[in-house]
Amino acid sequence: MMKKFFAKAYLWFLLALLYSPILIIMIFSFTEAKVLGNWTGFSTKLYSSLFSGGMHHSLMSAIWNTFTIAILAATISTALGSIAAIGIFNMRSRARAVMNFTNNIPIMNPDIITGVSLFLLFVSFGISQGFTTVVLAHIAFCTPYVVLSVMPRLKKMNPNIYEAALDLGATPFQALRKVILPEILPGMISGFILAFTLSIDDFAVTIFTIGNEGLETLSTYIYADARKGGLTPELRPLSTIIFVTVLVLLIVINKRAEKQKKE
Amino acid sequence: MRRRNWSLPYAIFLLIFVVIPLLLIVLYAFTDEEGAFTMGNFRKFLMHPEAMNTFIYSIGIAIITTIVCLVLGYPAAYILSQKQFNTSKTMVVLFILPMWVNILIRTLATVALFDFLQLPLGEGALIFGMVYNFLPFMIYPIYNTLQKMDQSLIEAAQDLGANPLKVFNKVILPLSAPGIVSGIVMVFMPTVSTFAIAELLTMNNIKLFGTTVQENIYNGMWNYGAALSLIMLLLIGIMSLFTNEEDSAQNESGGVI
Amino acid sequence: MNINNFFIFAPHNKRNMQQSGYIIEVQNVSKFFGEKVALDNINLNVKKGEFVTILGPSGCGKTTLLRLIAGFQTASEGEIRISGNEITQTPPHMRPVNTVFQKYALFPHLNVFDNIAFGLKLKKTPKQVIEKKVKAALKMVGMTDYEDRDVDSLSGGQQQRVAIARAIVNEPEVLLLDEPLAALDLKMRKDMQMELKEMHQKLGITFVYVTHDQEEALTLSDTIVVMSEGKIQQIGTPMDIYNEPTNSFVADFIGESNILNGTMIKDEAVSFAGHEFECVDKGFGTNAPVDVVIRPEDIYIFDPSDAAQLTGTVTSCIFKGVHFEMLVQTKEGYELMVQDYHAFEAGREVGLLVKPFDIHVMKKERTCNTFEGKMVAENRVEFLGCEFECLPQKGLQAGDKVEVEVDFKNVILEDNEEDGKLTGEVKFILYKGNHYHLTVFSDWDEDIFVDTNDVWDDGDRVGITIAPEHIRLNKL
Repeated sequence: MMKKFFAKAYLWFLLALLYSPILIIMIFSFTEAKVLGNWTGFSTKLYSSLFSGGMHHSLMSAIWNTFTIAILAATISTALGSIAAIGIFNMRSRARAVMNFTNNIPIMNPDIITGVSLFLLFVSFGISQGFTTVVLAHIAFCTPYVVLSVMPRLKKMNPNIYEAALDLGATPFQALRKVILPEILPGMISGFILAFTLSIDDFAVTIFTIGNEGLETLSTYIYADARKGGLTPELRPLSTIIFVTVLVLLIVINKRAEKQKKE
Repeated sequence: MRRRNWSLPYAIFLLIFVVIPLLLIVLYAFTDEEGAFTMGNFRKFLMHPEAMNTFIYSIGIAIITTIVCLVLGYPAAYILSQKQFNTSKTMVVLFILPMWVNILIRTLATVALFDFLQLPLGEGALIFGMVYNFLPFMIYPIYNTLQKMDQSLIEAAQDLGANPLKVFNKVILPLSAPGIVSGIVMVFMPTVSTFAIAELLTMNNIKLFGTTVQENIYNGMWNYGAALSLIMLLLIGIMSLFTNEEDSAQNESGGVI
Repeated sequence: MNINNFFIFAPHNKRNMQQSGYIIEVQNVSKFFGEKVALDNINLNVKKGEFVTILGPSGCGKTTLLRLIAGFQTASEGEIRISGNEITQTPPHMRPVNTVFQKYALFPHLNVFDNIAFGLKLKKTPKQVIEKKVKAALKMVGMTDYEDRDVDSLSGGQQQRVAIARAIVNEPEVLLLDEPLAALDLKMRKDMQMELKEMHQKLGITFVYVTHDQEEALTLSDTIVVMSEGKIQQIGTPMDIYNEPTNSFVADFIGESNILNGTMIKDEAVSFAGHEFECVDKGFGTNAPVDVVIRPEDIYIFDPSDAAQLTGTVTSCIFKGVHFEMLVQTKEGYELMVQDYHAFEAGREVGLLVKPFDIHVMKKERTCNTFEGKMVAENRVEFLGCEFECLPQKGLQAGDKVEVEVDFKNVILEDNEEDGKLTGEVKFILYKGNHYHLTVFSDWDEDIFVDTNDVWDDGDRVGITIAPEHIRLNKL
């Protein structure tokens, strides 16, 4: 009993440590003070000014850019990665090993190396950097995760179900759409979510590929802001909203998965 | 019918956006601005005490961060994996969740916490920030291996007369070794390669190797920057020799969902 | 005796075939996977409404043959016709056959109803008709009211029933079943066997069933096709196959058998195990080497008496549920398996007797190894891709083509691959009472047959040597 108490207490202690900085931000999102750490009374003004939009045009456009880049990169990676996974799955073992190895490179590489290498690619070929290069860079480091999420579904799949569909009169295309696609869909969805969050979070690769034509994502905006000395107060409610959304989303997904398992 | 050709577009994509860029790092590292072969970039690194010191200092910080993460993370992973202490997957999610928050926001939050508690920013804040940022990377792989471990192995050890300490030393620890190894790699690698984080945590007083790379690239010293990147890549390559491909792949792909 | 000839029917015009009533005709079909021959010139005709079982050990090509008929793979050579229509290159979705897979292959994202309706929906069948047909199919397999169940929630037997329903609902002309019961436990398998048999009778369509379980084949089939090494060994009714196996492989594979070397002295007289016996077979000539097969249940065992043809000592006795299975070592040194309802404990002296009609005599396919070779020098000959030393030959010169003969017992197998001139893999082992008869697949891709007293296992890698004095050469 004591053992269990200490075990639980340790977990909660670590969680408190992990969450205390985020909690500070959340608490101070409800006050107006420009400098974080000063409590000047409860207020939701930062929230309303975040949503009224008008005052920080550059922040709003950074948020907008971040989401469009993430949606584009996640969608393209999911399509590219899923098709690639089916291809890799059907390859002979040696070619498959080469593909798997290459696919793992962006995962194993630190972000900064991916960033530097893509920067060198774009400058060497004289490609001007901006929105397109960021999306391409994000696809490059997101697709491997999609391949890795789809592959287990293919491996788990009974290899005969494709043949069974053909046997029952489906054309190869129908068999793919009606049998293979539903089978790998869960892998594609988790691959998409993973790609989306990776893209939103990315800072290191983005900063090397975004160029200097004034394009900003949330990460580069925060970075520029922080270097200027402080955090724009509106980032506090924004972080709070993002954090709470992600928290609720992940807990709901996991609760559902747990329930499904029990059934 | 030849569905293996479906990977062709991605193969071409990988070639252009992964393989060629990495080769470009090598190419730039061994050439000067005119494009002629040179070892000068590496000589510059070895002769330049500042870059060298930053390099060694970064490795030191990474080692300390890794050790702290292991010491804090292993017990947490163990407790999370044991049914007697924890049956809820949500608890695991809570530990991994901070990974989903933008690293800059997390770092700025740490700065805010230190400000709030009126603690000085510096080396202490740097290590706290690094541990805070990368602790989930240690907990998750260890948790994964411990959780997959066959519980009857522990019972078998007890049955054969091992006391709890022996059970841990002789059974649990060796069996969780793969998780520990990938945890170490997954904490060490990002710690040694981050940039911008250290500056924010130390009011620009401490610079890590990642920042040196970034600054050089930013200031147009592409060849020198590429050489420094290559050195970092070698360091990480040596690190990842200790883990095998499969372990890291399965841990990374695991995610939460 | 040779049933093959009866079934192999190779007319060349289409009308003739339809009149013949064959629904599946497989003609001279071979299938190669790279260098490997999976099917070697297969000829098989199946009558409409028949229950045909393709039986053989794993790797014999039986599943490949089924997949060629289903269209998942295409034949390298030869022709396949269904109802007289050439379909050798037709893709699977355009063939009038449906398949039941070994691991069910139900679509996990669809419920029972949608799984069964899959084929009908593709054919754009009206909704009401689908509903009626699915219900009827479910009734057929005894799964009424399971429409809305998730397929993952079903037991193995239930999943297999759904898989069968999914196939038969399309009213195929031929139902192909690929070891459909292999994943079920024994009890379930027995029940399903009976149900399949009933289903076959009710539906009246042709079943082609693949299995490695000889008992299943004997129970279910109208016709059994025994396959080994990509070739058809025998085609016949279960009774024929059991009672009149055409060669020692079939005899060994179907049921338990004692297989011995023998000599046909003259019509109705055969000698084996050191004695002469009366039998019912004729037409082998005089003093012809033969294989003799005796089923263990056909040997009478009793206390030694004058009636005994053979005497020996029981070496082991095991109770098998209904009968006892005993091994008897005869005075002449042969080991025979005997089944009887009475136990004779190990160590007991016994007498044995076999009735003439229970002795099955088979012509030996070969009496020694024969290879094609070429002289390299006066005392060197090349065959199986290696040079062997032989006794100096008169009248043969380097370059002469020769036929090489080596007796089975003169091929020496070595544990250590490097010790042999040639290497190979043991792939078929037959116990012949007092020695083992092995088939060794050499790395030169030719079979070598070996008699030995040493115990080898299937798949053992061996080195092969032949002493010079044991190589016989005949000029070609």
